Amino acid sequence: MKEFSFLMGGKAGDGVKVAGAILAHVLNELGYWIFVYEDYPSLITGGHNFSIIRASSKKILCHRDKIDVAIALSKDTPEHHPKRLKKETIWIYDADVLEKEKGLGIAMSKIVKENGLPQIARNVLSVAALAGICGMDFALIEKAIKENVPQKIEANLKIAKIGHEAGKNSPLKMKVNKLKDSARPLLSGNEAICLGAAAAGLDFYIAYPMTPSTGLLHFFAAKGGELGVTAVHPENEIGVITMAEGAAFAGKRTMVGTAGGGFALMVEALSLAGQAEIPVAIVVGQRPAPATGVPTYTAQGDLHFILAAGHGEFPKLVVAPGDADEAFYLTAKALNLAWQYQIPAIILSDKHLSESIFNASFDKAKIKKEKPKLWTGKGDYKRYLQTADGISPLAFPGQKGAVVKATGYEHDEFGLTIEREEMVVRVVEKRLRKKEALRKEIQKMETFKIYGNKKSQTLVVVWGSNKGAVLEAADRLGLKVIQPLFLEPFIDTKFKREAAKAKKIIVVETNATGQLAELLANHGIIANKKILKYDGRPFTVDELEEKIKKILK
Amino acid sequence: MKNLNTSAVNTWCPGCGNFGIEVGLKAVLSEMAEQGELDLDKVVLATGIGCHGKIADYVNVNSFYSLHGRAVPAAVGIKMANPDLTVIVCVGDGDVLGEGLDHLVFAAKRNSNIKVLVHENRIYALTTGQYSPTSPKGFRGRSTPTGSLEQPLNPIELMLASGASFVARTYSGRLAHQKKMMQEAIKHNGFAFLDILQPCFVYYNTYPLYNQNVYELGPEHDPADSQQALKLAKEWSYQDSGKIPVGIFYQKK
Repeated sequence: MKEFSFLMGGKAGDGVKVAGAILAHVLNELGYWIFVYEDYPSLITGGHNFSIIRASSKKILCHRDKIDVAIALSKDTPEHHPKRLKKETIWIYDADVLEKEKGLGIAMSKIVKENGLPQIARNVLSVAALAGICGMDFALIEKAIKENVPQKIEANLKIAKIGHEAGKNSPLKMKVNKLKDSARPLLSGNEAICLGAAAAGLDFYIAYPMTPSTGLLHFFAAKGGELGVTAVHPENEIGVITMAEGAAFAGKRTMVGTAGGGFALMVEALSLAGQAEIPVAIVVGQRPAPATGVPTYTAQGDLHFILAAGHGEFPKLVVAPGDADEAFYLTAKALNLAWQYQIPAIILSDKHLSESIFNASFDKAKIKKEKPKLWTGKGDYKRYLQTADGISPLAFPGQKGAVVKATGYEHDEFGLTIEREEMVVRVVEKRLRKKEALRKEIQKMETFKIYGNKKSQTLVVVWGSNKGAVLEAADRLGLKVIQPLFLEPFIDTKFKREAAKAKKIIVVETNATGQLAELLANHGIIANKKILKYDGRPFTVDELEEKIKKILK
Repeated sequence: MKNLNTSAVNTWCPGCGNFGIEVGLKAVLSEMAEQGELDLDKVVLATGIGCHGKIADYVNVNSFYSLHGRAVPAAVGIKMANPDLTVIVCVGDGDVLGEGLDHLVFAAKRNSNIKVLVHENRIYALTTGQYSPTSPKGFRGRSTPTGSLEQPLNPIELMLASGASFVARTYSGRLAHQKKMMQEAIKHNGFAFLDILQPCFVYYNTYPLYNQNVYELGPEHDPADSQQALKLAKEWSYQDSGKIPVGIFYQKK
């Protein structure tokens, strides 16, 4: 396997993310599989931001510890990454802001100033220098700049040329050859979620900004027009979800997105969606909590909260994608199921999935807007008609002859408030039947995936964004991996069969208590070991490999 | 005329001001439908939680019986999804000025084309008698036995400051005036706020106060004049005395 890891480091405002995107695009054009990890603190300017761009001849879904070429746009960049350096790591740095004994120093600040560009343009120059060192054609850089830099293209191309020449003429060399594969789609987990929802017929995306889900709002605000999706930004998360439910009641497909804190505000209305039987898709991007926690980093600490969320008992769906392809398919599935079963459906992501950049290979043609059960227009309309599977036909206000009454109170078939005990029981049992019908439907689907060495007696259990690091580490160690895709309803039958074949079960999670392990234990599946990480950072494959090795010793 | 009654048994207390609002709203909807001014199939009633909310069960039109304080954003969503609908929002004072105040201010700010009718009884009634955001200072409720220390909110002033394009007040005891105000609110093209003074016969009987002090604004008031509207809004600050103007305070056309 041929692979390279690059690091772009600088202050917030130095354009590190854009530089990373340019580099990722160039490497993608060269036929490599790409993964980009973004790391930034919660501030607007200053601090230390970095991106790790990994390129490989084999499919990858995570980043590594060690870096081949590092770019420093700020004085303190090298201080942040001692553990990522190898003896042969090549540094490219702005000689106007820091001094180094080795590496390629370019007077970047001076050059961009002379060319009438702001300091942020150093990002372009430095990537071009990297391309020069790696023997990449300038044409590739030119194309990436044209696609990723918003303005002053000519001046940017000029400084890029200077950077590229400096790299080319430097004695430092690390050849990155073109592979025979062609470029693949490159997008973030958030973008894949957006495209999945749009493919399943989303009409409105409603959200209040909150990391790591803000990207969804920005995406739909910018590109919703092409996709038939309107982006709306209300006063707060309670407004967000109740507005989404109002719009769904009126017949439009809605999705909302937030993180744990915003979801906490939505929970009362989550229960309303359960009681009133209103379909709504909810994206929750986890980040380290409690409270504001470490807002721009990653965690899987909200699983129990999500599974238990909502007062009372009602069916809901929780899916946990682990990469961009799964984010696309599972979001589409969640939105469709929300409408078919008239339930809230949660897409559980985290910062590492939402904001990392992946190669994707999903096929939009495989997804369509599934039709919900609709009223035939005959007789009196009963919003909560009792049916065998608990699902009542939908009608929408404005439809001739239908009086559509949705309510958060316990209700009769017309949607009028009731309190009598035998009537209460009837509606409770209606919801239970719906839950059972949903469970049966999910059972027919791919509820979990198995990877790696099928004969291995060590089973590594992973959910969500840790998939990438776990798959690669398990591959190196010859282990079997299992990944649940649906966490509610959780179908345990086949899962138990797999678990029974294993001598050792290891659960990998980015939280402090092992929440998936606990969910499994509730289903009688006991993990022998838990590998937990709760510093806000995702696992790298190397780090995980070491931890698994220790356990296997 | 379409029957707007439902099979639900009415559980408001005898003498409740809500009856006046229910009767008035049904009459307004029927008449406007008969005159071709609205299509009953396209009317949606969104309500919050409290005594007022029961109106969702009593009027046979589409309805969204939301959570406490959340009728307004649900209504905004309904209107956004289908602009052909006439969206009427019945809310309580505790509901919309306490629990869900943020949504009310923002719906006014964005001039969302919904019609907010406040069942303004100035008390938490369904929870058995606590002071509300519009109870007068010194009000002895079950959570303020020695008298509330707070000044009441003035919702008219608040809505004017929030940029509402229609702000009016009426009294459920004056059916003809209430009807006219409801019609004007529904016909208004944009966000409409109608505060309906509605006595709670059990916990805060304001019938004597309103019967004695309510007066209707005459033609001398120009609803297009926002400064005059603000001055008028301050004439009564939701205390338990003083003259109480009712009518359209402000309308942006």
